[in-house]
Amino acid sequence: MANSKEGHIVGTSVPRKEGRDKVTGAARYVDDMALPGMLYGATVRSTIARGKIKKISFDPGVAWDEFVVVTAKDIPGKNCIALILDDQPCLAAETINHPEEPILLLAHADRHKLRKAVEAVSMEYETLPPVHTLHESEKQSTIIWGADNAFKTFLVEKGDVDSVWTDAAHIVEGEYFTGAQEQLYIENNGVIAAFDPQHGVTVWGSLQCPYYVHKALVALCGLPEDKVRVVQMETGGAFGGKEEYPSMIAGHAALLAMKSGRPVKIVYDRMEDMVATTKRHPSRTRHRTAVSRDGKILGGEIEFVIDGGAYATLSSVVLSRGTIHAGGPYYWPSVRIRTKAVATNTPPHGAFRGFGAPQSLFAMERHMDRIAEVVGISPIEIRRRNFLKPGQTTTTQQTIHENIDLDQLLSRALELSDYHAKKKHFAVENKTGARKKGMGIATFLHGAGFTGSGERYLNSLVGVEARADGVVRVLVSSAEFGQGTNTVLCQIAAEALNLPYENVVIAQPDTTIVPNSGPTVASRTAMIVGKLVQSAATGIQHTLTKTGLLSEAYTPEQFRAACREYIAAHGSLKSEVRYEAPPGVYWDDEKYRGEAYAAFAWAVYVAEVTVDLTSYRVTVDDFVALQEIGKVLHPVLAEGQITGGVAQAIGFALYENVVWQDGRMLNNQMTNYIMPTSADLPPIRVFFEQNGNIHGAHGAKGIGELPMDGPAPAIVNAVEDAIGVRFHSIPLLPEDLFQAMQELPPAASSLLPAPAREAQ
Amino acid sequence: MNSSGDAKVKHDVSFTVNGEVKRLRVHPMERLLDVLRNELGLTGTKEGCGEGECGSCSVLLDGLLVNSCLVPVAQADGSNVVTIEGIAAHSLLHPLQKAFLECGGAQCGICTPGMILAAVHLLEKKPEPTQAEIREGLAGNLCRCTGYMQIFEAVTKAAQQRVAT
Repeated sequence: MANSKEGHIVGTSVPRKEGRDKVTGAARYVDDMALPGMLYGATVRSTIARGKIKKISFDPGVAWDEFVVVTAKDIPGKNCIALILDDQPCLAAETINHPEEPILLLAHADRHKLRKAVEAVSMEYETLPPVHTLHESEKQSTIIWGADNAFKTFLVEKGDVDSVWTDAAHIVEGEYFTGAQEQLYIENNGVIAAFDPQHGVTVWGSLQCPYYVHKALVALCGLPEDKVRVVQMETGGAFGGKEEYPSMIAGHAALLAMKSGRPVKIVYDRMEDMVATTKRHPSRTRHRTAVSRDGKILGGEIEFVIDGGAYATLSSVVLSRGTIHAGGPYYWPSVRIRTKAVATNTPPHGAFRGFGAPQSLFAMERHMDRIAEVVGISPIEIRRRNFLKPGQTTTTQQTIHENIDLDQLLSRALELSDYHAKKKHFAVENKTGARKKGMGIATFLHGAGFTGSGERYLNSLVGVEARADGVVRVLVSSAEFGQGTNTVLCQIAAEALNLPYENVVIAQPDTTIVPNSGPTVASRTAMIVGKLVQSAATGIQHTLTKTGLLSEAYTPEQFRAACREYIAAHGSLKSEVRYEAPPGVYWDDEKYRGEAYAAFAWAVYVAEVTVDLTSYRVTVDDFVALQEIGKVLHPVLAEGQITGGVAQAIGFALYENVVWQDGRMLNNQMTNYIMPTSADLPPIRVFFEQNGNIHGAHGAKGIGELPMDGPAPAIVNAVEDAIGVRFHSIPLLPEDLFQAMQELPPAASSLLPAPAREAQ
Repeated sequence: MNSSGDAKVKHDVSFTVNGEVKRLRVHPMERLLDVLRNELGLTGTKEGCGEGECGSCSVLLDGLLVNSCLVPVAQADGSNVVTIEGIAAHSLLHPLQKAFLECGGAQCGICTPGMILAAVHLLEKKPEPTQAEIREGLAGNLCRCTGYMQIFEAVTKAAQQRVAT
């Protein structure tokens, strides 16, 4: 059903462009690079959560004249990390708003001396009362940001929700929590910066968004745009964790390079990366839902609050996505969604795959199981009765024009997971023994691309150029960090030009070479940037046919000859295309109403778990991930996105626990922050449906974030199915299970799924 | 993570890396990882955590799979080290490297060198590993991108090809 002719390259699993370099160890990450005369940089950070710096002392035992020292006073431009609001300083000048806030920078040629020097700088502070939880922040007894601790609020209203309560057969309430999560890319944040007065600042780094870093450096260094160059090196994982933080570390390296006149490398070690950089926003969601006797949602109130940490960074945008996804893939005749991002004195929380949606969808999908229980129907049936159908509208009143059949998608997922047979089997099996088995489902959606008017503001530009040797080069700032940007965009260009995949290459993202195709975020690259690449590639072909150098059908050799001839006459052959919003798309930023996304991906996930009541461990035994994602451009890469996302989300649900003490992460090591290993995961079985999407390249939709949304609620639903205890909070750790079982009344100790019992 | 690069305490060490004998004057407590990367320019070996948890810095030391971030270079003296740069036979990829490419076993690529060395080590010990043995054999190497499924596929495929040839 894809909207273009079935291709010979798109839809096939061609080799990853940079794959050979990655399997041979030849791929160049920033820490693999060194420049002559290079120094190493390090950061002196705050040890308190909130207060004022009174005095900075330097231990006289260190030969400080050997070191480059940078403080806020050395900043040539504006002391901020320019992003949305400019509230976050690059270096704290006086006020401290979170632990591990950067205060002072050091550089030296000897890394070992640098480490000791960092410890030899000490601060005296005047402390101020900090706020550490979302709850405390909401109470506003201490104001730490703006007038009311709120970075952003949204209100979505549809229909007359106040009128539904009196006629409701059931009113179902619930409160749900999700914890912080560390992206845990295996390559830590790192950059190298160089400066000379003639060329300005150049930064090479591990990053997702070259032009975000560019914008931040222009403001910080007080340089014109053409005196700042940002180059993305091979990037060892990002997951959102290298969306905004690279602007900070790049700023630090640039300041040291400007002061010393020498190149400076800053690469964090694991402990610094985990303690100082962004994580997923912790959240709390409250649902109050009016339901008819037969299980139809009549309306509801949803309140969603996220903890943004000390500065605004991207919290407003994360909140936006969480807000729009809060109602799940269901039809709400009426709804009121109130949401808020609040400040706390912890390092800012930031972008992480899913971007607010995994939080609010966890609540929605747990709440659906709760509604089912109250109504007295199955988790399957409650969803079937409330699924959005084509022609109906979402909570933001976007009409579903796609031909999506969630009922059928659910049926297929149940079949693939052998759901009913297993349920029957477990009902018998669970009567004895300490190992209880359960099945859980989650049905959900994920909007692709920037929210609402976002893509219009981004105004992305992409280029495709042909060389005289017939090789075509894709020019975008969209970065490769494992997801397959290089490969997929080259496939699309090759397909558009009817050239072999090998004849298309992609430029390394370098702001002096590639145009701003927007940030590499929001599952937008294949769908939105891909479509622009397709148009730009077609532009090359049009130029050559229009000038009579190429006929309608051609061989790669004829294409090469035409390029050579055109370039000999005109100097170069390049085609650029800028994003144009699809017609008829309406979005109201004030009322938060309208077409939130050009397309949604839809999914049904099924988890099978064992809860071991001897060890209190939950293991996922089987996992089925079925999704409709428009068109699969590259089967191996697409499957890899899903398996990787599901694995990360299993970590979110069952393993990954950020332990906070006074606003600081206490377990900032891989030894005590636990992510899934190869021995911990079930078979993750991936299935696609492909309905196409008129807004995406070859019918593609976004895919990268989707798999982060569903696994956590599916797993916790399965845990409830296994032992009949309701959990509202993730991560769900053995300690939580142990505590919940201890607190059960003795009569319930038969541990059989009687009516579910509450647990925190 | 060693404490000093002081020239006074440097020692001579020599070991074979990917078939070539290397003689170096280094601090004996320098991490093998840093010596490989900084002294020998073998940057294919990656640092992920610096504490032996993630396996990104895996190399073979006398045939054993080790985390090179936990090995002081003195311990490598006189030994035989294999890094990712020594896995392919010139331009010809090792069957595991080929299988990783085909099956999607490498995404961001930062864990890949260590993961491939762990897989090489596994197939040396167990030429026809079961799925459980693959999971166990790779459990010391963390991958955050793939969810491991395509890595298991790659190892299975490479093992089948090796047995077939």
